[in-house]
Amino acid sequence: MTRNVRLVEDRITLKYGTGGGAMRALIEQIFAQGLGEVGEGGIGLSAMDDGAAIRIGDHYLVIATDSHVVQPIEFPGGDIGRLAVSGTVNDLAMMGATEPLALTCAAIIEDGFSRDVLKRIWASIRHTCEEAGTTIVTGDTKVMGHGELDGLVINTTGVGFTRRVVSDAGLSVGDKILVTGTMGDHGLAIMATRNELALETTLESDVAPVHTLVRRALEVGGAGIVALKDPTRGGLSSALHEMADKSRVGIIVDEPSVPLRDEVRAVGELLGIDPLVSANEGKAVFGLKPECAEAVLDAIRAHPLGRNAAIIGECIEDRPGFVVLDTGFGSRLLAEAEGELLPRIC
Amino acid sequence: MNPSDGFEQLKFRDPARARGLRETLDRLVGQASHAPVSIMHVCGSHEQAIAKFGLRAAFPQELQVIMGPGCPVCVTDVPEVDEAVALAKQGVRVASYGDMLRVPGTSQSLADAKAEGANVDVVYSVTQAVELAREHDEEVVFFASGFETTAVATAAILVDDPPDNFSVLSAHKYIPPVMEIVAEMPETKIEGFLAAGHAATITGSAVFEKFVERHGLPVVIAGFEPLDVLAGLVKLIEVINSGKPRVENAFPRCVTREGNVHAQKLLWRVFRPTGGRWRGIAHVPNGNLRLRDEFAKYDTRKRFTIDASALWHYAPPKLVQQCQCGDIMAGISSPSDCPLFGNECTPDTPVGACMVSAEGTCKIWHQYGGRPDLRSIKRGAA
Repeated sequence: MTRNVRLVEDRITLKYGTGGGAMRALIEQIFAQGLGEVGEGGIGLSAMDDGAAIRIGDHYLVIATDSHVVQPIEFPGGDIGRLAVSGTVNDLAMMGATEPLALTCAAIIEDGFSRDVLKRIWASIRHTCEEAGTTIVTGDTKVMGHGELDGLVINTTGVGFTRRVVSDAGLSVGDKILVTGTMGDHGLAIMATRNELALETTLESDVAPVHTLVRRALEVGGAGIVALKDPTRGGLSSALHEMADKSRVGIIVDEPSVPLRDEVRAVGELLGIDPLVSANEGKAVFGLKPECAEAVLDAIRAHPLGRNAAIIGECIEDRPGFVVLDTGFGSRLLAEAEGELLPRIC
Repeated sequence: MNPSDGFEQLKFRDPARARGLRETLDRLVGQASHAPVSIMHVCGSHEQAIAKFGLRAAFPQELQVIMGPGCPVCVTDVPEVDEAVALAKQGVRVASYGDMLRVPGTSQSLADAKAEGANVDVVYSVTQAVELAREHDEEVVFFASGFETTAVATAAILVDDPPDNFSVLSAHKYIPPVMEIVAEMPETKIEGFLAAGHAATITGSAVFEKFVERHGLPVVIAGFEPLDVLAGLVKLIEVINSGKPRVENAFPRCVTREGNVHAQKLLWRVFRPTGGRWRGIAHVPNGNLRLRDEFAKYDTRKRFTIDASALWHYAPPKLVQQCQCGDIMAGISSPSDCPLFGNECTPDTPVGACMVSAEGTCKIWHQYGGRPDLRSIKRGAA
């Protein structure tokens, strides 16, 4: 398992970009060295949360950033533009900042890139910003030589305020785990466009800003919502492992209760890819106090993006840092994605 | 391919029926004349089902289900890999299944040869390899691996007039003979075999009858859904407890006694069984499938002079010496016994073949959470 990262390699390979243990080790060993302190009560780089929170008076300024390299640039259910806006809006929401104040956007474009495609991507960015109730207030443009990057890379950074920061480390024994909808949609939709088996599917990415759903849940659950995370790269498995590890609890997941689209399940079986390690781009994982779990579930299900929400597991004292999967037939530990299962997915 | 085909199998995933089968299994293992009861399966797909559905944690404590030599990629022997690597380095275009690229030879794998500039292509089927031959005005060698199931697909291509620049370097293996070898190993205490349902659709269940006569060990043919595996185990323990070893078919929706006679004819028209080493296990009489003389034209070994000696000046690295793949494939040890497993040896940095192939025990265990966690799990606060 990557959680046991003993290796320090001379070269950075694709596995460091899969959102799993190798990436976390890289952040610890290089990026967070001597950087990222944000003062008392804040959340800085070393917390490796979805964003940072800096205390200003009785509020927190939340900052999140995300770079997008997805291939293909336009995919079923979305494109790199919608992904870039949703990704950062969602990262803000996962810290509790559900009203994204503004975004920045940097684009790095390959020499020879089509103006028409660029216009389409920017129309998608505009549309998604409107949907999310935010806008892009500054940016940066660079062009690199042909072959020096593949098409288009977009970075977005967002800011927002919140009175209460929800970290991804707040779980304790007995807390319930909720997901806001079907798992693995984005990852398998992208995979189906790429694999050489020439699959014809109607799979679509779930890419969407989910901050209004999170806002509604926070209104209903209040302090009963103890942890939040978006299950992007590495899917549900990576999100749960990170939450379990940081909170020092075990998590037991009741596999039959995890919502999956039939087609995602079937394509996952065909390709041998577990939807639980496949990326989501319009979902959230909640840690909930048991007494508010049903009310929050009802509120989320009443939201258009949360109709398939379900409580899928709970936190246990046994196996701290691990995720146990009860398959309905038996049980095993859930593994984290590693290696280049699927590079350039978001 | 239509993904909705996948739904048909889901009816074999009913947890309530699984509970019933598990209770029966508990009872039968409890009734056995001794403990523990050890059985072996010989198929990566069985291990996949057992690991994916966490069945080991639900088996009775006194039942040991061991994976034997069920991964064709893993048992492909070093000299066979060396032949493919030598050809690739000679400038011949070599096509093979993805897993085969990373299987280590004496000093190099096909992936290493590819990294050095050799023409090595990943294909998903022998048909794709033939297409490559049609597209390229050069020799294309298909490095063929797999048990009798996959060998039939190779045979079907060879009787169908493939292009002249196409040839097959066969590393195909035949499962029934290796079961005899494993049954006779003094270290193994196997009391019965779970045979692979897909292979038996071709060979038929009758192919195991002589084995049962010779060794007095029962064979039960089982499918690959969790309920198939559980039902197969229930049947196998029943037969073991009865003291009357025989062949039973627990996969009757696909397997008959005769099997697919057309496919068998095709298989033996193109291939002949011959003895050879299986990596890590032993010399297996009749365990390798080689092309018959009538197909010499398509036999890479007859078509080329393969000199792999340049690959042999080599001392294996320390890690390789610690690798336990051989014992794991023979069912004598498990990844639990290997200090490299999950540490130095991962799918990214495989030390042995069992961590390379999707059908290898180590890769499967690693994919499904590592060593099976067999302690009971306490819900809530401890």
